[in-house]
Amino acid sequence: MAKKGLLIHYEYCTGCMACVVACKQEHDYPAGRWGIMVNDCTRETEGRVQVDFLPFPTDLCDLCARRTHQGKRPACVKHCMAECMFYGELHDLAKKMETMPRSVLFVPK
Amino acid sequence: MNEVTIFRTTAWSPGPGCHGGCGLELYVKDGRLVKVEGDDEHPYNRGRLCPRALALTQYVYHPDRFLYPMKRVGERGEGKFERISWDQALDMVEERFSKIKDTYGAEAVIFAQGTGRDIGGPISFLCYSFGSPNWVQLGLAGHSCYTPRLAAMMFTHGDYAVLDAGQFVPEGMDDPEYEPPEVIVVWAQNPAAGCQDGFYGHWVSDCMKKGSKLVVIDPRWTWFSSRAEKFLQLRPGTDAALALGMLNVIISEGLYDKDFVDTWCLGFEELAARAAEYPLERVSQITWVPAEDIAEAARLYAKAKPAAIQWGVPIDMGPSGTTIAQAIAHLWSITGNLDVPGGQVIARAAFDVTTYPFSTQELHSLYGEEFVKRMNEKRIGAAEFKLLKNFRGWGQPDRAVEQMLSGDPYPIKACWIQTTNMLGGQAADTKMHYQALLNMDFNVVVDCFPNPTTMAVADLILPAASIAEKESLRSWWSPLQVMMSAVTVGECRSDWEINLELAKRFNPELRKRFDTVKDLIDDRLKPSGYTFDELKDGHWKFPEKDTPTRPYRRYEKGLLRPDKKPGFRTPSGKIELYSTSFEEFDMDPLPFFTEPPESEVRTPQLAEKYPLVMVTGRRSPVYFHSEHRQIPWLRECDPDPTVEIHPQTAQELGISEGEWVVIHNERGRIKRKARVTPIVHPRVVSVPHGWWLPETQGTEPNLYGIWDINCNILVNIGPGDDSGYGGGPYKTALVAVKKLSQGEE
Ligand code: SF4
Ligand code: SF4
Ligand code: SF4
Repeated sequence: MAKKGLLIHYEYCTGCMACVVACKQEHDYPAGRWGIMVNDCTRETEGRVQVDFLPFPTDLCDLCARRTHQGKRPACVKHCMAECMFYGELHDLAKKMETMPRSVLFVPK
Repeated sequence: MNEVTIFRTTAWSPGPGCHGGCGLELYVKDGRLVKVEGDDEHPYNRGRLCPRALALTQYVYHPDRFLYPMKRVGERGEGKFERISWDQALDMVEERFSKIKDTYGAEAVIFAQGTGRDIGGPISFLCYSFGSPNWVQLGLAGHSCYTPRLAAMMFTHGDYAVLDAGQFVPEGMDDPEYEPPEVIVVWAQNPAAGCQDGFYGHWVSDCMKKGSKLVVIDPRWTWFSSRAEKFLQLRPGTDAALALGMLNVIISEGLYDKDFVDTWCLGFEELAARAAEYPLERVSQITWVPAEDIAEAARLYAKAKPAAIQWGVPIDMGPSGTTIAQAIAHLWSITGNLDVPGGQVIARAAFDVTTYPFSTQELHSLYGEEFVKRMNEKRIGAAEFKLLKNFRGWGQPDRAVEQMLSGDPYPIKACWIQTTNMLGGQAADTKMHYQALLNMDFNVVVDCFPNPTTMAVADLILPAASIAEKESLRSWWSPLQVMMSAVTVGECRSDWEINLELAKRFNPELRKRFDTVKDLIDDRLKPSGYTFDELKDGHWKFPEKDTPTRPYRRYEKGLLRPDKKPGFRTPSGKIELYSTSFEEFDMDPLPFFTEPPESEVRTPQLAEKYPLVMVTGRRSPVYFHSEHRQIPWLRECDPDPTVEIHPQTAQELGISEGEWVVIHNERGRIKRKARVTPIVHPRVVSVPHGWWLPETQGTEPNLYGIWDINCNILVNIGPGDDSGYGGGPYKTALVAVKKLSQGEE
């Protein structure tokens, strides 16, 4: 089966934390266990302030195997308030990436 | 094993806590809520959901939740309560309130709520059924939350208006008539952190994906500022000057919509003359924003067709908040952006169904004009503030707290406190409100969790249901929808259920009309022709085309005025840039700028001693005001009460990241953890509000730590001016910040 992953168009990530809590709810992770974290990468650059967030799926991310087997989207992808996360086969996501400047691709273990 | 049942309902209040509107799917198994997801088919959120709604199971089944009515058995503040039955609890309220009514009059009981949640309907219903005129957002200085903006809009163009993100039509942004705004001005709000005023915040990022360009006006860099064509980092509280400066540019450069102004507006010459008093150099000096940036922002907005403004509560909190809102409403009025696709679309409650009375018209239709008039005789603030008397039904919060302490002009003896933790949240001058509440003979608190307010002042606690446990209705704004109960938790009851039962005791006439809450909901739904059963389980409804509660260009079609003539619902039928209503209310008919009560200009000596402007109230995506600090999934995302301080300022003060510091002024001192960040202006500190620590001692004297960390201790009450609305100085208090000295706690 083709390898799957997450495409995160972080240009649009507002740091809303929906992915974080969606993941915990889906996996019943208690506080302290994170399937995905959101890093605040805010910095001063070129005389302006750039407020950016970068989601980081951890080693606990299983791409929501249970959901995706049922044909559902991963919990984070579905609930992302900015609709900036995508799930799919890597080569499709890589193609999609070309039209999404400032994005990253994640592949789990 | 039992199957999972999915209930399709709508978010509005306990749980996510918000102003609501989303479609939710509640997964229930064996009578227990096991999961929450966004409803993919719901036009509001299209399946998406915020962290607070996603943490609903932790909220609903939290071990701290109130599960049954309790009466106080120890002293106030000792935290000693005893379980009683609902009958005993309601008997107690009936008896105590009736006694007060007999001795002092019904006006001696205040009905206090917090923000605009699914509470305005039930609490005003109870308040009026009891006969008190005093429905109050107690603690909210200057009544500075949306009402000033609403008043400005109502008296300028006879209706409310919001950014058009396609939310009034079933197809949303895919509607063939719709087009996204070419430019959006995000004015004093961070829409990423929540859904304020019934507006799904991420519609702004949706519009950006469709090409909308941004102008952002804020003292603080947000995600949106970093993506804006123009970011104006203004001095807190100077929004009126900025708006007038922009109006001046647009008028003097001829960038306004001349045809629209000629046909639909009155008072343009007067407005032009007023705006001319705000040349760029002056405005730049007032606002700290470079003149060229102001001019460019004005041009960007005025040249775009369509363009829209997404505004926030700091406008209400600015000095003379109503007039700031008026100036901003003039921006969309003279550029012809009112009620056009992708502009500022007129917002009415779907099908004219009233849930939460948002206007005088709605109050009249629910309770009758005579009744509303009678209520005005004793309504707190109505005699003093003509605008307040002629708009909505609120008592004035600052006068209310003063009166609770002074008994002048008449005594206040009891407080019904429903879904508002004012001592941990909105109450400016927290100590004053604390003393005022302790001055009451009887306080009832209806809430979901113990908090500083329940701990300090409650004599009786009634357990409120969350959104998963209640039936209600919502028409803010579209679509029309209802909430369904999916589970029961302890003996919790919905606000509607509690208030209907009590209202019947005070007004037995109601027994004939409403047996159950569903009867009441069906009654309120009447103008729509639908019933609760027809709307439940995800059957929301949008108004039909060419009806008064659906856009666009209703002023051309005669859909806005009661006489069905084209035009707006104002005395003249036109957009009143020069407000005859304001004139009647002894207010300036045109917008103006006035300095905040404390500032480098108005109080220079104070500013020397307290050189930083404290803006409170920046939103966190995981909290709603003072809620959710006890929800584990949410708290770990934003664990500490912080102060955002600029690196340069921090360096001057010798403060480093993560260190606990003291913020102080003449009103007191609090402690916060320093977050050193370039997002704030070097002369401003941002101090998130609503902080209390549920993990610490709740009983006196600690009260969950509020006297140590609640920023509103440092904020004065209002009101700011002679309208009674606006100007709660939550964004403009002057403070100093220093390191915590050795041994200091
Ligand atoms: S794909 Fe599933 S497991 Fe991975 S981060 Fe998203 S929600 Fe968590
Ligand atoms: S849900 Fe989406 S927008 Fe929100 S933090 Fe996660 S990736 Fe960012
Ligand atoms: S804050 Fe927004 S996303 Fe969250 S429940 Fe409320 S309306 Fe829905």
